[in-house]
Amino acid sequence: MEKRSRFDTSVLPYLLVAPQLAITALFFLWPAGEALWQATQSQDAFGTSSEFVGLANFRQLFADPLYLSSFSTTMIFCSLVTVSGLVISLLLAACADRVTRGAKAYQTLLIWPYAVAPAIAAVLWSFLFNPSIGLVTYALAKQGIIWNHALNGTQAMFLVVLASVWKQVSYNFLFFYAGLQAIPQSLIEAAAIDGAGPVRRFFGIALPLLSPTSFFLLVVNLVYAFFDTFPVIDAATGGGPAQSTKTLIYKIFAEGFQGLDIGSSGAQSVVLMVIVVALTVIQFRFVERRVQYS
Amino acid sequence: MSCKPLFRTISAAAVLAFGASTAAHAATEIQFWHAMEAALGERVNDIANDFNKSQSDYKIVPVFKGTYDQALAAGIAAYRSGNAPAILQVYEVGTATMMQAKKAVIPVYDVFKQAGVPLDEKAFVPTIAGYYSDAKTGHLISMPFNSSTPVLYYNKDAFKKAGLDPNQPPKTWADVEADAKKLKAAGYSCGYSSGWQSWIQLENYSAWHAAPFATKNNGFDGLDAKLEFNKPLQVAHIQFLQNMAKEGTFTYVGRKDEPVSKFYSGDCGIITNSSGSRATIAKFAKFDYGVGMMPYDANVKGAPQNAIIGGASLWVLSGKDPAVYKGVAKFLAYLSTPEVAGKWHQDTGYLPVTQAAYELTQKQGFYDKNPGADIAIKQMLNKPPLPYTKGLRLGNMPQIRTIVDEELEQVWAEKKTPQQALDASVQRGDELLRRFEKTGN
Repeated sequence: MEKRSRFDTSVLPYLLVAPQLAITALFFLWPAGEALWQATQSQDAFGTSSEFVGLANFRQLFADPLYLSSFSTTMIFCSLVTVSGLVISLLLAACADRVTRGAKAYQTLLIWPYAVAPAIAAVLWSFLFNPSIGLVTYALAKQGIIWNHALNGTQAMFLVVLASVWKQVSYNFLFFYAGLQAIPQSLIEAAAIDGAGPVRRFFGIALPLLSPTSFFLLVVNLVYAFFDTFPVIDAATGGGPAQSTKTLIYKIFAEGFQGLDIGSSGAQSVVLMVIVVALTVIQFRFVERRVQYS
Repeated sequence: MSCKPLFRTISAAAVLAFGASTAAHAATEIQFWHAMEAALGERVNDIANDFNKSQSDYKIVPVFKGTYDQALAAGIAAYRSGNAPAILQVYEVGTATMMQAKKAVIPVYDVFKQAGVPLDEKAFVPTIAGYYSDAKTGHLISMPFNSSTPVLYYNKDAFKKAGLDPNQPPKTWADVEADAKKLKAAGYSCGYSSGWQSWIQLENYSAWHAAPFATKNNGFDGLDAKLEFNKPLQVAHIQFLQNMAKEGTFTYVGRKDEPVSKFYSGDCGIITNSSGSRATIAKFAKFDYGVGMMPYDANVKGAPQNAIIGGASLWVLSGKDPAVYKGVAKFLAYLSTPEVAGKWHQDTGYLPVTQAAYELTQKQGFYDKNPGADIAIKQMLNKPPLPYTKGLRLGNMPQIRTIVDEELEQVWAEKKTPQQALDASVQRGDELLRRFEKTGN
């Protein structure tokens, strides 16, 4: 017979999850439902007149070639942010793990950027790279490189990726570092005795054991890149030049909150929602299979 | 939200109960939401304080709500939840959005009429009042407050170094190019730059050269207006600027005020930007600079015509007590007195909104002490406005400006020809206008 603790009443478990459910309903389900409803409406900014238009907002979106090109911009942006964010922070964590003197100081310094608000991070970086007065621009100009992210799309993309990654590296670092610390020293030592060098030990032992952490961070970073980066883009490039840094989330922000086109912006949020749900399902179905939980 | 009306009833009852003894001191509070940052915000607070001290019936409460788009979004959200301020400052490109929201807005003319406060609409500078007036009745819908026009700033020290006359700002576009070339030759990395390209290089360029920006008198005569700034006049101008960009005499550094820092750092010898940038330039420039009118093309007949404004106006939102609107009318009337409007103009670099404020400022000798401060207003009064140079009244205008930014950036990067970029802007902009037209009906 199975031995497990049971509660006699059936009300208690529901009561215990009720706060979490309430929060989910209030902050996730309700706004998501609102977005769905807005997406089917044609409405003036003040909401004084509203008309049901069915899928017209979606049709208009997918007929717009620029909306479709915003998908590829988003994919490029998100993969750059996620991949470079994870690689850099893993590298830093691996280095910090080997440091013996002043380890605390390294950790603290590496965690600092996380406390900076996204918009401020973007402003800091765009000051450094400002086409008219930036320090980095000035230094690059001395090397004969003309930096002007107001005109050069590749440079603009580099700048927003840099600012977004810089902000997220601390968060990733924290998890990787904790993960590395949790690896039993005996395993590493055994490998060392067998003659494995630091690089081999890292790829052969540390990395596979870190896979739950890496998977978790992959999901979190993708969500970050998809949803949390519009303040960075707004402060650094405003989506420009042309449309080169106009990601889906920034488009929603620009058209809904600045342009007050609520119908179209609602439809775009629904599309984005679908994409992220699909991505998360794919990750859990296929990527998670390769994760080794200890 | 649902407890708000209840709370109001209770507080109203409380006020009634105490009414007998305190009626004489109970000032009606009037919320005024604005987007005037830092020093400008302090000036707004001063004006409100002075007004509050001048009488005891009303109390204006100014609240800073962020940038223009944030303030507008906040006002709209507040209106939707029933907590709208009585007065909301809205930027000029939001004008069509506000006019379309007929239930949410009370025209300023009606506010004055119902409150029994006289309003002399003729006192306002026509090109400013025209921007905010009903095209059919000619009456003011919102209250002109802070308006600016594009002007040209030039570095006099750099002009001297380049062998140019420091007292002669470039008058025509040909002059701009010639002067920029000399500045380049004298070692300056950037000859000419410009901010707000849609506003300056297309909207104002069109008006300054007596050409329409959109049909239906730039949208004043109906929501079915179409953009028409892809005509040979504008294409030639953008081509001219692209050529300057190719030869390195025009440097593009950003969509907004970025050229201002490029100017006061001494990199750019000539820029065109808002007259409202004068205070910033005066603060940071470590050299002698001058202000000139917007350049024009000498071969275009009728140029220069008149400039059109940027900036913001004050809107009165519906759903308040009549007593509140009486106070609103009195406050708005106070704002347009020559003393208050004149001081606002002198402190900020925004235009004097009334003729009387302009004349008062002249009389006080302000322009003699601050040469160039009157350029902006002179451009507005240059010629009586034509029906299609009064301003713009186009829906989704903030997004249309973004479209123009995106397309012109491809011109400066030489990925599109001026004709292609302007055609694309017009086509994409027209789609937004049709969307706006639909939501309006």
